Amino acid sequence: MIGKDAPMLLEVRGLAAKINERAILKGIDLAVRAGEVHAIMGPNGSGKSTLARAISGHPAYEVSGGEVLFQGRKLLDMPPEERARAGIFLGFQYPVEVPGVTNSAFLRLIYNTVQGARGKDELDPLEFDDFVREKMRLLEMSPDFLDRSVNAGFSGGEKKRNEILQMALLEPRLAILDETDSGLDIDALRVVANGINKLHTADNGIVLVTHYQRLLNYIVPDYVHVMDGGRIIKTGDKTLALELESRGYDWVAREYRAANPSAQAA
Amino acid sequence: MTVAETVFLDTLLAPRRALPAAPTDWLKARRADALERAAALPAPTVRDEDWRFTDLSPLYRLQLQPASGGSIDPAALGLFALPESSARLVFVDGRHAPELSTRSDGTGLVVVPLAEALESRGDALQRHLAAIARCDADIFAAANTAFLQDAAVVIAGAGMSADRPVHVLQVATGRETAAHPRVLIIAEHGAACTVVEDFVAIGGIGYFTNCVTEIAVEGNAEVRHVKIQREAETAFHMANTSVRLERDARYRNWSVTFGARISRHNLHIRQAGEAIECEVDGLALISGRQLADTHSMIDHASALGRSRQLHKTVVGGAGHAVFNGKILVRAGAQQTDSAQQSRNILLTSRAHVDTKPQLEIFADDVKCAHGATVGQIDAEEVFYLKSRGLSEETARNLLTYAFAAEVIEKIPVKSLAQALERTVLEHTQEKQQ
Repeated sequence: MIGKDAPMLLEVRGLAAKINERAILKGIDLAVRAGEVHAIMGPNGSGKSTLARAISGHPAYEVSGGEVLFQGRKLLDMPPEERARAGIFLGFQYPVEVPGVTNSAFLRLIYNTVQGARGKDELDPLEFDDFVREKMRLLEMSPDFLDRSVNAGFSGGEKKRNEILQMALLEPRLAILDETDSGLDIDALRVVANGINKLHTADNGIVLVTHYQRLLNYIVPDYVHVMDGGRIIKTGDKTLALELESRGYDWVAREYRAANPSAQAA
Repeated sequence: MTVAETVFLDTLLAPRRALPAAPTDWLKARRADALERAAALPAPTVRDEDWRFTDLSPLYRLQLQPASGGSIDPAALGLFALPESSARLVFVDGRHAPELSTRSDGTGLVVVPLAEALESRGDALQRHLAAIARCDADIFAAANTAFLQDAAVVIAGAGMSADRPVHVLQVATGRETAAHPRVLIIAEHGAACTVVEDFVAIGGIGYFTNCVTEIAVEGNAEVRHVKIQREAETAFHMANTSVRLERDARYRNWSVTFGARISRHNLHIRQAGEAIECEVDGLALISGRQLADTHSMIDHASALGRSRQLHKTVVGGAGHAVFNGKILVRAGAQQTDSAQQSRNILLTSRAHVDTKPQLEIFADDVKCAHGATVGQIDAEEVFYLKSRGLSEETARNLLTYAFAAEVIEKIPVKSLAQALERTVLEHTQEKQQ
């Protein structure tokens, strides 16, 4: 939902980033206001995931230019955990397995850590149990999930549900969901997408990083951005995603090169 | 030989003069034989291939006293209680302490000190005691056998299955004393049992534990064996575990190492019949100037054997972990299926690990996999946890804990697994220093 007077959440200005001296992001501009859903699409290797990880503070990426403001604060000066506490959430494409630590203990640890940092009440194990089970119903998760080790031996669908459950617990102002649709069958995709829709409010923003249009059948974006070669080369509304689905990405890149001959050399 | 080595060996073997006579002729002969071996063998040094990473000179500098068998407050043992156990044998500095032990309550399992076992089960003891552990090349195993006068004996009679574990608690109270704990476990045909060997200190400082454990697993029997080494951090711990398995037998081992300044565990498993399975998990969590050495040998002597081994170490401070995992597949041991993994995490730049898989295969139709990794905690995993708001320190502690917990959580005695998990959690933080 686009509200013209909605407060600005994220402002990315000319962001450039490299990994091992190789430039991946070459000047990204992106503005996300409260209530908006943005989709970032593009072919493999276009820099979509790097953008998501750079905003979240992944240490492998060296920011070589530009700035990122989150609710007016300079994000790039903050370590990843502070960004998370400030309200940024990254849904991982490949969530990490932590064998030996139960989900219930892990979820309560991250919940209370973030609550504490935000000056809000922490929950004891019994209170948390009620709280988390309510959130789990949102994602149609089986109760035995709490007793299992974090992501260990989970199917692709279970891992992605767990990501969205963590999003539900941490109540971010900005959720960046990296390929949340990959590896999901159609039923799991519907459940996960419904969960995200229920968590979306007028106060938070969502950035969906995705390769395919099918997720956007369930979560309707306000803006669709196409990335290629480390840049956003086209921005449109939800109809752009449908056009990409039928025509592919090549025509966007050709259009961009025609309009920006200097970009070819980069 | 250095002066320190000479003096050490002299004091190590000194108790022979005060040793009471053996109650049976066969035991007398085996002790005498072992004493002869011990006197003939040199003290191992880093010049020996088997000891090249483990320098025992701090042990050789000890001014060893014979253990006096100090008294301890029974309440102090509460910390180590295992509510699940059906019986507990307590040894203080290697000597049986009947007043601290609790007898088996009607499970049919024989859990007795050596003297009783010699009377009631002399035949079984003559077959296995000082017959499984080899004394010909190891001076420490030889010394233990030479002074054999007390032991924990566990016998699961043919066909019986004991679900509840037996707890053998070895308590060290001495200062620069040497103790020679001894354990014999026999699972007769078709029997199954679980034994927890637990090495702890109550007041012990700079002492030397030299233990030998022999395990006989007869046809189609199963032994689940947990060894917890939580000695004082000034102690020296030398352990020889020898296991002999017969046809269709199963052996499951968990060895956890937290304590001792220098520790060495020689685990020798012989698959002496067909279709035997063994699974061996090890964990060493050390720091400071601790050294923890595990030398294992799985001897596939017959066909259709299966073995699985996972050895993990977490090394902080200037700690040093050593793993030498030998898998021997003899010529007749066709269709052996063996897999070994050594995984190691170094928490500091001063921490050190030497790991060496050693495969010797003389059969042509076998499957033997092995792998070793040494590294820091994975940066991607740390980032995942930090992206959920956890601090760098909490993220690293949680991942270290998870790494160690993979071994501990499989231990089949729940209260022990939980206690060990708490220890790991508490120590992960300080172990980084």
